[in-house]
Amino acid sequence: MTSPTPRTVLDSLNLGLHQALHDDPRVVLLGEDLLDPYGGAFKVARGLSSAFPKQVLTTPISEAGITGIAGGMALRGMRPVVEIMFGDFTTLIADQVINHLVKFNGMYHGQAQAPVVIRTPMGGRRGYGPTHSQTLEKYFLGVPGLTVLAPFNLLGEAPLGAPGQLLHETILNADSPALFVEHKLQYLLKLHSAQDLAEYSLSTLHMGGAIDCPFYSLRLKTAPAAQITLAAYGYMAQLALDALHQLAYEDEIFCELLVPTQLAPFELAPLFDAVAHTGRLLTIEEGTFSLGWGAEVLARTVEALGSGLRKAGRLAAREGVISVAPDLEAECLPGTADIVRRVREMV
Amino acid sequence: MDHNVQLYRRMVTIRRFETLLIDQFKTGVFPGTTHTSLGQEANAVGVLAHLAEDDVVVSNHRCHGHFLAYGGDPQALFAELMGKPSGVCGGVGGSQHLHWRNFYSSGVQGGTVAMAAGMALAEKRAGRGAIVVDFMGDGTLGEGIVYECLNMISLWQLPILIVLENNHIAQTTPASLAVAGSIQKRFEAFDIPTVELDSSDVLEILPLAGDLVEQVRTNREPRALIISTARLGAHSKGDDTRSTSELTGLWQTRDPLPILGERLVEETRNAVEADVEAVIQVAFEAALAADGGTQ
Repeated sequence: MTSPTPRTVLDSLNLGLHQALHDDPRVVLLGEDLLDPYGGAFKVARGLSSAFPKQVLTTPISEAGITGIAGGMALRGMRPVVEIMFGDFTTLIADQVINHLVKFNGMYHGQAQAPVVIRTPMGGRRGYGPTHSQTLEKYFLGVPGLTVLAPFNLLGEAPLGAPGQLLHETILNADSPALFVEHKLQYLLKLHSAQDLAEYSLSTLHMGGAIDCPFYSLRLKTAPAAQITLAAYGYMAQLALDALHQLAYEDEIFCELLVPTQLAPFELAPLFDAVAHTGRLLTIEEGTFSLGWGAEVLARTVEALGSGLRKAGRLAAREGVISVAPDLEAECLPGTADIVRRVREMV
Repeated sequence: MDHNVQLYRRMVTIRRFETLLIDQFKTGVFPGTTHTSLGQEANAVGVLAHLAEDDVVVSNHRCHGHFLAYGGDPQALFAELMGKPSGVCGGVGGSQHLHWRNFYSSGVQGGTVAMAAGMALAEKRAGRGAIVVDFMGDGTLGEGIVYECLNMISLWQLPILIVLENNHIAQTTPASLAVAGSIQKRFEAFDIPTVELDSSDVLEILPLAGDLVEQVRTNREPRALIISTARLGAHSKGDDTRSTSELTGLWQTRDPLPILGERLVEETRNAVEADVEAVIQVAFEAALAADGGTQ
């Protein structure tokens, strides 16, 4: 199939789904309100039910049920993709993920596998309030057997764009269940082309495995050696990139940004290499502070580098309810200004 | 072999397996815990007699009877329960997590109904003509995901036979304290045609299950069979809070073995029992002799 060049993360994910449905008839997309003309609450599924009517199944409001059903489909050789409308609702699928999908392979002694891909948008900043704005992937990062992924808004080499490429590859190649974490504001982000990033030196490390999850590293080309390593993923990686730029031009503080796309299992070798040079690490995430992604990243970095890590910080959401009120919501969630402030404190 | 003798043999196989298991648990050869199918043998045997090779069976925590009636190897099941590499799942899954050919079981209530529905959806799409048989219990009716799945099973007309073994007790809680209203009407509310049978007689279960399997296979639609039955053993090993008189009454009236056995020629019946006894003993000893597991 021919496809236009994707412009945004949303376009890219949509193309990735198109391509996956086209490439493999075993791929079936299940979720709520997926049918055209609606195409899902955030429109990631737009056009899919028209192009692949037999492979797109709109469902009742039954997150646990459809996730469990996807597990059964996968055990019998299909490649189901489940859309959970809001990331907040992943609490409803926790039993299906933790006690069912990730267990099948091990408890059946390798005689079965359940490569279900669960896609969901996390994140706030749209005024959706306490139960539709959270970033909950941290609760799934410690689930053995579950791969957790988050795309970054790069165009990349692939015609699908980097997010769509990662999704396409996960759907077709995963040999275990995967949680694919999107972000509501990330959908609208433009995919950075090589030209957009002309000012930056971008390196893409390929981590290997069933899904080739890139680990990105970005710094300003003309800048002196980085003084601090920033680690962020998904939408927060874009905010961190904005902060990196601002700090260089306003403060002459130079950062390197490390962006994993595979959050779990934790494979952080490129990050350790970067921190070995800077000695400073700030982790940045939109989930709440305690026991979050950053806590695990820092713990592992300390284990790997010991006193080579001289200064460490974690930036995360405040531990409270995310408000509808725009000012209160902004106070709760970390933004570019918060990243800038923390880096200034640390360098 | 006469068909009734064959059915009897299968039920005795399950019975001997479970009684030997309970006896030997005391010796420490089996780690963890187990749930036995004592009293529910006729359900497994009567329903699974109708399966075709490609059909799928999904079972729950009380799965030994289903596994053995499906054709599973008693030696591999003993070895699995002993935690040995020669077990059905290498000793990883144990009593409630089995997978062999198209047989799957798992231990968390309700989730197996979703698994089974997903498998039926896969079979429907593949157009292979296979059906799914899903065993669940009355206790599982407390789980919300069951109703999510009944809804989708009906909406999507999935080729599945749900066999609800109503033994009127969930662990120690009688159904009167856990299940409101009618079980049959639960299925019928979703437009799933449902038949209810109160019997421990395999010769009553067999033809009814046969009809329903045929309907699912031919029409590619869901059906439900509710079998009112009796759990003659404890929930697991020794945790039975029912009174002796209640249990004695159940053994006298609801034991599927004499219900069929009394209709067989006595010599034949004795021969089957002796033969199965030996087969199960050999299976146990062979499993015990294999490497690994509890030592």
